[in-house]
Amino acid sequence: MNKKTIKTDWIRNRSVYFLAIPILIYFIIWNYIPMVGIMLGFEDYSARGGFLFSEWIGLQNFVDFFKSYYLGRLLWNTFFLNILSICVNFPAPIILALLLNEVENQYFKKVIQTISYMPFFVSMVVICGIITDFFSYNGALTMLLVKLGLAENKDLMNVKEYFRPIYIFSGTWQNVGYGSIIYLAALSGVDQELYEAAKIDGAGRWKQTIHITIPSISPTIIIMLILTISSLMNSAIEKIILLYRPLTYEVADVIGSFVYRRGLIDGDFDYGTSVGLFNSFISLLLLFLANSISRKYSETSLF
Amino acid sequence: MKIKESPSRIVFKIINTLLLLLLAFACLSPLLHVFFASFSDPTLLTQYQGGMILWPLSDSTHPLTFKGYSFVLGNSSLIRGYANTFFYVGAGTLLSVLLCSLGGYCVSRRGTLWMKYLIIIMTFTMFFGGGMIPLYMVNKFLGIVNTRWVIVIMGVISVFNVIIVRTAFQAIPASLEESAQLDGAGHLTILFRITLPLAKATIAVIALFYAVGKWNEYLTAAIYLTDRKLYPLQIILREILIMSSGTSEFDLGAEAGSYNLYKRLLQYSTIIFATLPILCVYPFVQKYFVKGVMIGSIKG
Repeated sequence: MNKKTIKTDWIRNRSVYFLAIPILIYFIIWNYIPMVGIMLGFEDYSARGGFLFSEWIGLQNFVDFFKSYYLGRLLWNTFFLNILSICVNFPAPIILALLLNEVENQYFKKVIQTISYMPFFVSMVVICGIITDFFSYNGALTMLLVKLGLAENKDLMNVKEYFRPIYIFSGTWQNVGYGSIIYLAALSGVDQELYEAAKIDGAGRWKQTIHITIPSISPTIIIMLILTISSLMNSAIEKIILLYRPLTYEVADVIGSFVYRRGLIDGDFDYGTSVGLFNSFISLLLLFLANSISRKYSETSLF
Repeated sequence: MKIKESPSRIVFKIINTLLLLLLAFACLSPLLHVFFASFSDPTLLTQYQGGMILWPLSDSTHPLTFKGYSFVLGNSSLIRGYANTFFYVGAGTLLSVLLCSLGGYCVSRRGTLWMKYLIIIMTFTMFFGGGMIPLYMVNKFLGIVNTRWVIVIMGVISVFNVIIVRTAFQAIPASLEESAQLDGAGHLTILFRITLPLAKATIAVIALFYAVGKWNEYLTAAIYLTDRKLYPLQIILREILIMSSGTSEFDLGAEAGSYNLYKRLLQYSTIIFATLPILCVYPFVQKYFVKGVMIGSIKG
């Protein structure tokens, strides 16, 4: 790249570059300056000093966090809740897509699909409101659980044993239909000749599913798994903030909700920032880990 | 020629149909419960212990009621929340579509020296960011905390959408734009007169994604707004549905003493009132969402 190409490029394309200025400014202000703001995590923040001139205290905030009993609790909750959630909610849309794929009546299939997308369009606040109501005293699902002998009639949102199952299975309800779209798209792309060949070889439907269908959509499954694992640390804190209560913090509080509560609600900016940075760090680590494991064993990877 | 199906295949089909019907019921029943309960008699509703309500509760002495809805329509915070949300969704969607297409247009230009760096600058932010608090400090420094601007600006450019728009723009034959350029059209003319109209299906998809997301968004407003006059619908809903503190904002008139009796009815009516627009629209727009997922998956 010499001076001359830079010059001709400038003469030819400068009007496009001018158009790009608002976009660049947006990303600088709302994405890159906050990255500089991470230094807040290494300071003892004071309103007078702002994040440029507050006192530098190095890793003190991190040391405080690592020593506090929050570290273990938050890490455990974040991983445990999300891993349970992945175990249930990752396969569910795949299974639904496989079941829908076997339906021959296209009209029936369409109706079921449309109904199953519905929860995805309902806002998180309304969903959490419905959950809170259904599991309250005399609530619709509390009474169902009472009839099945699984619970007593009381406000189950205050009982910590119920938080994880409620969080996870309501997540299934919200996302199973919408999540199946991408797998149905992958399924429609499977080569039909493979099935014909398998039929001639005498393979039944079940064997066709195991040996043709699933291997054919496995690249999609793997990409989705990498994306799910890499977003594990940032997952749905909105829902947790809406559902948890002081009585259930012990099992429900994750790093993201803690940053929100301690950092923004209680105004502990520097400490919150350092915990948030710790979170981003683990998140990046998970992304690279998931990606490299997948590249090694399946030749499918994000980058 | 019809091949006769084996008995096991028929059994499977029956079980499969039943499973899918069960799923459809599971998806619908919570909202049916809320819908039927919102017309039910408040006394019967408070005493009810039978689980899901799949038919309105009423008897000869306790008739069906629309009281819940009349109280909802009389709640000024709720109505104002609705109006605010309409503003945030409208202004946000317009600005978002504008900026994402502008971004998509810039990074889809062939033969530019520097645009590839803009793509890198944008993509990097998908994987790493400063976090909630530094972002808050930046907005505070800019003086837009607790104004309408912050709600409109936060998340207005989505990198994902820019990339989707770029893919759509790149599919447009370069000759079309070149001939316009020869006729003396500038970039903005090309963008608005040629590129955008040709990619309107993709633009519709990103506009719908953004609009539904903005309608449902809660956390941004919870972080940045403290002025009740600016609250979007979702914050008011949280007060009414989850904190139960919002129910005292309803003007119950002559029955002001019986909040506890009306609490559930008010909550159910509020849910229907707040969700009805989305529920009416979604069967018609869902095909665009399906399309959006497909576009995204090709890119991913």
